[in-house]
Amino acid sequence: MAFRDGPFENIKVPLVWTAAVAVVAAAVGCVLLLISDARAQTSPYQPVRSGVEAVAGPVGGVLAAPVRWFGHASDFVGGYFFAVSENRRLKRQLADLEPWRDQAIALKNVNARYEAMLGIRPEPPVAMQTARSISDTRGPFSNARLIDAGSSKGIKVGNPVINEQGLVGRVVGTSGNVSRVVLLTDVASRTPVLVDRTDARALLTGDGSPNPRLEFIRGVGAVQAGDRILSSGDGGGFPRGVPIGVAAKGIDGSWRVKLFSDRGAIDYVRVMLFEDFSQLIGSDDLNAPPLTAFGTLPEATAAQTGAIADSAARRDATRARNEQSRSDNARADAAEAARPRPATPPAQPEPRPAAETRPPAAEAPPPAEGTE
Amino acid sequence: MRRPVAVRVVGPVQWIVIPALITVAVTIVLGTPVELFGLSLPEPVIPMVLAFAWPLIRPSVVAPLVLTGLGLGLDVFTYGPLGLWALSLLGIYAVVLASRSFLIGQDTAVLFVWYAACCGLAFLLVYLVRMIIDKNAASLLAMFGQVIPTLLLFPFANQMIERFDDGDVRFR
Repeated sequence: MAFRDGPFENIKVPLVWTAAVAVVAAAVGCVLLLISDARAQTSPYQPVRSGVEAVAGPVGGVLAAPVRWFGHASDFVGGYFFAVSENRRLKRQLADLEPWRDQAIALKNVNARYEAMLGIRPEPPVAMQTARSISDTRGPFSNARLIDAGSSKGIKVGNPVINEQGLVGRVVGTSGNVSRVVLLTDVASRTPVLVDRTDARALLTGDGSPNPRLEFIRGVGAVQAGDRILSSGDGGGFPRGVPIGVAAKGIDGSWRVKLFSDRGAIDYVRVMLFEDFSQLIGSDDLNAPPLTAFGTLPEATAAQTGAIADSAARRDATRARNEQSRSDNARADAAEAARPRPATPPAQPEPRPAAETRPPAAEAPPPAEGTE
Repeated sequence: MRRPVAVRVVGPVQWIVIPALITVAVTIVLGTPVELFGLSLPEPVIPMVLAFAWPLIRPSVVAPLVLTGLGLGLDVFTYGPLGLWALSLLGIYAVVLASRSFLIGQDTAVLFVWYAACCGLAFLLVYLVRMIIDKNAASLLAMFGQVIPTLLLFPFANQMIERFDDGDVRFR
């Protein structure tokens, strides 16, 4: 019996309609997911994402390993054959950089003096955590990477990520051993930056291309081609002064930034364990009620008590001396005003030499003594 | 008496599950951070091949659900809004399913034109939705950099259609 003569001959499977129903149901579910995910400030499905990334991360790491070995092998071979030319290039580079090193040392010294004189509190050193990129998503709608360090190493959402060239992006999701880094080129990336030459502020906006746009540039003519772009630190998301790239005019006429981080492969990165300005002072201190610290102060030593009493006695003496001087001046002014004046103007006095001309003692300002 | 004819029944494992797993594997492999001569690996949207080929092979309830899963996986993998790629893949599936009676048996060139049109539609959908969500338009040049590798995958879709189209005589 042929198949077509069998019991399946008259079966009319309404598969097109059932498939259409399945498509519509799945599409409705996707739309609901999309609305709930896009409208939330942070994705409500972050645990799901973290779980998938925790699984995909090691797989990507395994796949990336042979590629990395191949890269190391090619670097070794290349280094062997091009050692002489590279040595010459490095010597030239070293000679160029030595004056810069001297200037940097001098400027660092001057800057430290200025900071001390002005009482500026410099930003504390930021701890770093090194990680390796294990997966990479590219394209117009997504530029992100997975790195093999997560919350177990202290990495938190928002931490800036740099490589040896400059800023790469920031952490947007963490799990135990894997973190997701959104690059500066991602379409959702916004980074406050400054132009080093003019100190003008702008916003670096990714659009999926290798060179993100500079938007909202403050000031006219604030940017020129070749200007160095740094992170401004505005908003507290990034520390100030992290190198980002060089300004260039795009083919669409907009200002764009050639990223320093693109000068080499983004393989090993460093996560700056920098959160925001609250890192400068503990959040407990910020949130503490006023004058809380008085209760925690230790008792003053005898030397401190003596110094405080001496300072108070000096201050009181200075204040009394100033008041005495002020009252003497006032009495002298009153006596001068009460003295009878002659009816005819006196004869013009002979001009005295300039060296002898002195202001009356009563008009002299009180000496600036001590601090109150 | 006629001799019995051997019937080759191709189940969903052959034409849905295995291609879906291959798609996932290739997507992860192409996500490897490799740069050769300054160029990184292409990153086409590989599930678009399945979204175009599956409704032409045969209508199925399982295929849209698997396609949704692939799209959601792609959303997680690329850190996009959850449901966006799934929606665009389902859009391709719906268009091809609706025009299935016209497309069955057409020449390869016609299929390629439809494939290109469907991919363009899906990318346009994603572009517009991302523009609304991110309040920022993606670079068109960068988008072409993903559209073109995706279009170059058409031979795989065509091969799937030719292989599985008549795999089960009930759907001839």
